[in-house]
Amino acid sequence: MLRVKNLQVYYGMIHALRSVSLHVKEKEVVALIGANGAGKTTLLSAVSGVVRASSGEVTLGGKAITRERPDRIVRDGIAHVPEGRHIFKPLSVEDNLLLGAYHRYSLAKRSAVRHEIDGIFSLFPVLADRRKQVAGTLSGGEQQMLAIGRALLSAPKVLLLDEPSMGLAPKVVKEIFGHISKLRAERGMTILLVEQNARGALAIADRGYVLETGKVVLQGPSEDLLANRDVQRAYLGRERED
Amino acid sequence: MDGHNAGLLAFAAAAAVVPFLLPNDYYLTVLIVSGLYTILAVGLNLLMGYAGQASLGHAAFYGLSAYTTGILTGTHGWPVWAGIAAGLALSTAVAYLIAVPTLKLRGNYLAMGTLGFGIIVYIVFNEATELTGGPSGLTGIPKLNVAGKVFSSDREYYYVVWGAAILLFLLAQNLVRSRMGRALRAIHTSETAASVLGVDTQRYKIFVFVLSAFYAAVGGALYAHYVTFVSPSTFSFGTSVLLVTMVVLGGMASLWGAVLGALFLTFLPEWLRAIENFDILVYGAILIACMMFLPGGLAEGAERLWGAAASLLRRAGAAGRPAGGGSAG
Repeated sequence: MLRVKNLQVYYGMIHALRSVSLHVKEKEVVALIGANGAGKTTLLSAVSGVVRASSGEVTLGGKAITRERPDRIVRDGIAHVPEGRHIFKPLSVEDNLLLGAYHRYSLAKRSAVRHEIDGIFSLFPVLADRRKQVAGTLSGGEQQMLAIGRALLSAPKVLLLDEPSMGLAPKVVKEIFGHISKLRAERGMTILLVEQNARGALAIADRGYVLETGKVVLQGPSEDLLANRDVQRAYLGRERED
Repeated sequence: MDGHNAGLLAFAAAAAVVPFLLPNDYYLTVLIVSGLYTILAVGLNLLMGYAGQASLGHAAFYGLSAYTTGILTGTHGWPVWAGIAAGLALSTAVAYLIAVPTLKLRGNYLAMGTLGFGIIVYIVFNEATELTGGPSGLTGIPKLNVAGKVFSSDREYYYVVWGAAILLFLLAQNLVRSRMGRALRAIHTSETAASVLGVDTQRYKIFVFVLSAFYAAVGGALYAHYVTFVSPSTFSFGTSVLLVTMVVLGGMASLWGAVLGALFLTFLPEWLRAIENFDILVYGAILIACMMFLPGGLAEGAERLWGAAASLLRRAGAAGRPAGGGSAG
């Protein structure tokens, strides 16, 4: 579905991505793990077009989308939930969700979009209770759900999630990960998940990639990565068992 | 939706009656000027309050349109409608040319870019003496006339200006309540998030910049054919700052706030004339106090006042139901 080939990104003199290749198959959850500064966020941003790749190729369902503008790439079917969620804090929960459907919203489709928003509310019932509330007053976990719900409303083929667990309490992290695996199970969503919480991410992912200083150093099925000694030492802490 | 239009309707009705209640014509002049500023502030609020893009050079678009129609009608004898059309066209075209490069800048840099542009235009007004009359200004601009009807009295002009202001307000209101309005506010909070949701941020920023320049241009054309004289000082950096103050003091992202800000900041110096030498001092103190106690602007203050009044009325109970008349104003 999504294929990244030899992608290179520079920030001025800094070589942030060194020929990264990866792929995500349909209805697959793929985790991308690595330390701070490894290039995880850069990779997602290059896929969604927020950051420009200097060379390499990104294809979605066979169609090249490299170096397209971000607002085009959304229409092609990629939804990016950016790191730190970037919800529209002064706007209501409902307006945030309506903005998710921005690129396909029209008066004719208004009722269809409303219907989909109700679908998001049944996925995240807490949001339904707060639909008229200003989004900045939501808790961190609720804001994350809102950001995911907003992204789903763009009717994506692939969902890019950047650090959904960031800054959340362990219990809430568990809940968010639960929602992510439900998205695949119930909606057949294809997901590329960037996480520092390697254990949590690999637990719900089919496969994983380990990124280090802009390069893929390891890849494979989640179980293999969880069992790998290097991964355990570098990203999972000492404990071997949950 | 209806509630919003009802508010505007009430305001329009009040505006229509006001000229008959004024003690003298001097107030009519002040109201015409505040009507012009309302048009400018509403336009600038679309850019600053909603889309979150600063402009410290808005007086330039105001002036370009005023000078264009002034020169064409006054010096070259064009009919007034053609002069105004040319003024609007030139001002918005220049806005577009400026918008494309400067809106790549963000925050303080955008403010600096527009500031520089405003100063350049101001210098041109001063130095292009053959065209603009230089620092002493351009005289002989005809009064507004449409199809033989000349709007020479202040009362007639009052209706022209406030009619235009209310129409442009309605346009802005519909805009901010549409899909596009949501997109603009999204850009304000996070350009990244807006763009990954499919908002073409650059195009919208350019659009709203040009639109707000158009509002300024309408104000400029109406100004030129009202005063029949234009000089550079009206379109200086000070005017740009005054416009920004109207938007911020009135209330960012509030169209009613822009109206309140324009009215308040036009009337305040007039009232303060009574205390001559201290007027600037008191003016500044009032601005500081407003921003300290009403960070959301006059619109927020009016809303709170309205809320308090409404709850008082409710508490007064069923004794008699007084009709809630006065709108924000």
